[in-house]
Amino acid sequence: MTQAMLEITDLYKSFGGVSAINGVNLSVEEGEAHAIIGPNGAGKTTLIAQLSGEILPDSGRIALQGRTITRLPMHARCHLGLARSFQITSIFREMTVLENVQLAVQAHQGNSFRFWRPARTDGALTEPALETVDAVGLGGRDGVLAANLSHGEQRQLEIAMALATGPRLLLLDEPMAGMGVEESARMVEILAGLKSKMTILLVEHDMDAVFALADRITVLVYGQPIATGTPQEIRGNDDVRAAYLGDED
Amino acid sequence: MTAPRARPTAITWAGLTVLALLAVVPIWTEWADALFYRDLATRLIILAIAAVSLNLILGFGGMVSFGHAAFLGIGAYAVGIPAYYEEYSAYLQFPLAIGLSALFALVTGAISLRTRGVNFIMITMAFAQMVFFAFVSIEEYGGDDGLVIDVRSEFSGLFDIEDHVIFYYVCFAVLVASIYLVHRITRSRFGMVIEGAKLNERRMRAVGYPIYRYKLVCYVISGALCGLAGALLGNYEFFVSPSNIEWTKSGELIFMVVAGGTGHLFGPLFGVVSFLLIEEGLSRITIYWQILFGGLLVAFVLFAPGGIAGMLQRGERNS
Amino acid sequence: MDWGLFSAQFLNGLQLGVLLFLVAAGLTLVFGIMDFINLAHGSFIMVGAFVCATLAQVTGSFIIALLLAVPATFIVGLITERIVIRNLYVRDHLDHVLATYGLILIFNTATQLIWGPEGMVIPIPRWLDQPVDLVGGMQFPSYRIVIIAVGLILAVGLYGVVNHTRLGMLIRAGASNREMVNAMGVDINKLFTIVFALGAAMAGLAGMLIAPISEASIGMGDQMIITAFVVIVIGGIGSIKAAFFGAMTVGMIDTLGRSYIDGILKLVMTGQNAETAAPALSSMLIYILMAVVLALRPQGLFPPKLS
Repeated sequence: MTQAMLEITDLYKSFGGVSAINGVNLSVEEGEAHAIIGPNGAGKTTLIAQLSGEILPDSGRIALQGRTITRLPMHARCHLGLARSFQITSIFREMTVLENVQLAVQAHQGNSFRFWRPARTDGALTEPALETVDAVGLGGRDGVLAANLSHGEQRQLEIAMALATGPRLLLLDEPMAGMGVEESARMVEILAGLKSKMTILLVEHDMDAVFALADRITVLVYGQPIATGTPQEIRGNDDVRAAYLGDED
Repeated sequence: MTAPRARPTAITWAGLTVLALLAVVPIWTEWADALFYRDLATRLIILAIAAVSLNLILGFGGMVSFGHAAFLGIGAYAVGIPAYYEEYSAYLQFPLAIGLSALFALVTGAISLRTRGVNFIMITMAFAQMVFFAFVSIEEYGGDDGLVIDVRSEFSGLFDIEDHVIFYYVCFAVLVASIYLVHRITRSRFGMVIEGAKLNERRMRAVGYPIYRYKLVCYVISGALCGLAGALLGNYEFFVSPSNIEWTKSGELIFMVVAGGTGHLFGPLFGVVSFLLIEEGLSRITIYWQILFGGLLVAFVLFAPGGIAGMLQRGERNS
Repeated sequence: MDWGLFSAQFLNGLQLGVLLFLVAAGLTLVFGIMDFINLAHGSFIMVGAFVCATLAQVTGSFIIALLLAVPATFIVGLITERIVIRNLYVRDHLDHVLATYGLILIFNTATQLIWGPEGMVIPIPRWLDQPVDLVGGMQFPSYRIVIIAVGLILAVGLYGVVNHTRLGMLIRAGASNREMVNAMGVDINKLFTIVFALGAAMAGLAGMLIAPISEASIGMGDQMIITAFVVIVIGGIGSIKAAFFGAMTVGMIDTLGRSYIDGILKLVMTGQNAETAAPALSSMLIYILMAVVLALRPQGLFPPKLS
């Protein structure tokens, strides 16, 4: 049996007596696009935070391609092929689009204890950065200051930052957050284009996007998965309807 | 110091002009018999080196250190103490100054950089205070009264800095070299990491940077450069005492960096010029000039964020 | 073991601890609640001492001077907050540092303008300053015991106020939830002003208590403030309890350390070396402790419990 890209086993996390993650077991296969949905407060963001390394679980195991990463610091996980985009855009607003992505590229080209040669004009950084900028649909906008981008463009840059590190597993935390219909559609296209190249784990509320992109969906309620399956299976699942889909419009 | 402009800006020209003026000061003051101004300019240059070093971590890196005077003190004592034992060789004193400062920066930085914000400021202040008290309590080296340095550092085989003009140009060369060094560092890959860490640490970690290491190296570079300034300062004053390490001196350095504008390479230079002009100017009005300076500081913070370089930049954007 | 020396130094340690607590308590409240770093807090120590000294001369009574000078320092704190500090809460820490550094210069020079560059002596009333016999035959001035007593009473009182009164509840709430405080119809600005002025008054009291021993002088508070910062780092930010235990720890270690460090050093090195190293090392002790605490337990030794 081929190894899962991501294996979460018996994960628990509580905050001051309140249980946020209550026994999560989940496998994400290599190359699949797996979505996590659930009502607010279900623990989706807490789950992503533990996967990326921002917080540590109380107990349980997280494995990336068989390798245990449960307590590894954030930057180490990135070097093992994990990349993350944030729900609230986290970019370098005072830098240009290109500089933002160059920084992400630079992180994965050996150490940065280079003190003399200018970084911004370094081809080894610029070329991969420009490729990534194009891949997320920001081609031509590379000279623009990140603060001057539209909200949708900033979300695209957010994805670019994660992409530029050359990940095997891409964690996307509500990539459609705050986007209008057109912008969401464009984002779905971009993400669909990435599907063939890497494994994607995505947390989202936008159901159209989820059903368009996901190979499998897990529904998380009160820190526990209540169902996992293909979009068809999830649509037809009564428990899911009752707990979640039924309450959504 | 973010996106580089295609051509040098007004601030850069202003900064280069100041440097050019400084280059000819010894010639002019000799001719005009105004040696007082040459001495003032020497002090300006040495303080500017210290301010440049502080700007690297504070202005560029966002690490507000309130303990930089400690490096000035360590550098100066690295000249004074060997001199006390009649060891005048610059080839011992200067490497000692730089090396000890770097070591102190490494040890205290390793601890301080685990904290942030208010804590970081307090802790850097406390470490500097520790150095202050340490030197005060070593009676052998003058304690509170300090050490007189009879003979300047001897660069045997090179030049003699007992000659004030030669000393001036040595300091000037170090200043120019420091500014250029910081210029290269801030544009390099290392500089990008430091700048990124100032702008958004969380994002930096998420893309895979172990930030702590980089900040520590930056802190050490800054400390070492400031130690060099301290060695020059000790030579300039023929004297070193714990009052070099008083926390008020750290405060003055911060003022110089902030007044000049933290975002620009030449900011520290403008800041030192402003500080010395203010100090000189106000003390002619009254011996109680510090109350005026304090008032100016408070007004400055309340009404003019961005410093002088910021004001120049704003002027530029409006034109 | 010289019990006389030990008991005297023990009491001195308590005295230092209590004074540090008075200073640190105001500082930690202002940090914890307003996220404001006030370098000029030490100036209130000085202002309190000088005002008390003048009032003592005018009224002839140290006690009356104390009772008048504390509210006077409270008012000075109030005015400072209203005019300068209030506008700075929204700024970043660098601005706080610069502005309060400017305030120190203003306070120090203004004090010099008003009272002259010389310090002022406050004579201790005879009835307060009796020699007390300690274990081991050492004699100890009763005034210092009075300082300890005053400080301890204030510590208990402050703890009571913060934990059992409405004001204290507002203070604790203001730290974590400004909206809630506003929603209760309380003006958060007034709350901040009171907290700041209270801290100033306590610092002033510390100055007044120490002045009879070491005289009121320009800049007397500026060194103490850094020690107060060390106390807060060691104890933990934001709570009175942490400030108290931190202050006691620092007071004890600094005082006892200075007395006994050369004895301890002599166990591991020659007498000559111990003599030279001891003063330097003893002055560095509390900073070394701070560094160790930061390395091992960065939240402080007595951090406030997360609610």
